Amino acid sequence: MHVYGTELRSRLLLGTAQYPSPAVMVEAIQASATEVVTVSLRREGAGGEQGMAGQRFWDVLRPLNLRVLPNTAGCHSVKEAVLTAHMAREVFDTRWIKLEVIGEHDTLQPDVFGLVEAARILIADGFQVFPYTTEDLVVAGRLLDAGCEVLMPWGSPIGSGRGLNNVYGLRTLRAHFPEVPLVVDAGIGLPSHAAQAMELGYDAVLLNTAVAGAGDPPRMAKAMAQAVEAGRAAFLADPVRARDMAAPSTPVLGMPVFS
Amino acid sequence: MIIVVNGKECTISATTLAGMLVELGLAETRIATAHGGAFVPRAARESCVLREGDKVEILAPMQGG
Repeated sequence: MHVYGTELRSRLLLGTAQYPSPAVMVEAIQASATEVVTVSLRREGAGGEQGMAGQRFWDVLRPLNLRVLPNTAGCHSVKEAVLTAHMAREVFDTRWIKLEVIGEHDTLQPDVFGLVEAARILIADGFQVFPYTTEDLVVAGRLLDAGCEVLMPWGSPIGSGRGLNNVYGLRTLRAHFPEVPLVVDAGIGLPSHAAQAMELGYDAVLLNTAVAGAGDPPRMAKAMAQAVEAGRAAFLADPVRARDMAAPSTPVLGMPVFS
Repeated sequence: MIIVVNGKECTISATTLAGMLVELGLAETRIATAHGGAFVPRAARESCVLREGDKVEILAPMQGG
């Protein structure tokens, strides 16, 4: 797939949060064969072993030579998200930003009004925006009008592991924007969810908790990678449509008559 | 003077943002800064003058989803 002119061979984007240890995170990233990992920004303490957690995290991640996609997680306003994006661009030295403007505490649902506004501002400032959005068609259109070249609709709420809550909506979004790279971001809990997103024709999936929170993150990372690959292959293979009644798969022509 | 760094009061003698980062041992680290709620790019830290009670945010890489 191509996003903002960059070719990505892996269709699995992986988060870096919530792993039991940095070593397990690295192992999971390698098992997933991902090329893009999401990262974030937080306050850095001044001096001392305790205070330099951010530098240590970066020292672990940097040698993997992956493309990083910084997020604006936790931002609830356009102003916060834009400011965080600018700071992320300097820290990570990338124009890519996973734009999150959160509108609701319980569901972490995107504030799509703020999202469109922040996307416009950031694109004018030279950012390449990956908007975390819903499957809403009208919002998708506004984001594309703003200059987004990729859309990242949620499958279900962040960290819920519920899979694809609105398959109809996701399918409709895919059908309306056949040329736009679409990534299901958030809510994937199982490889079957990831495969389903890919079978719908989505270009990639972005997930974190499903791998980091599994009992064996590297094994789950590999399972997710296999699911994404299988789902993509199935989509390209043009699957049969479901039907209500049985249809014999074994030819009936030439059946013997025994009575 | 007292500057509020990442929400905590901090007594420093530097008068610029760049000077403060040196004083805090963060000058060579991978960070981004904001002063009074506005982003201060690396190149502008030297000319960013601090005054008593100013608020500074210093952000660093962190795990994210």
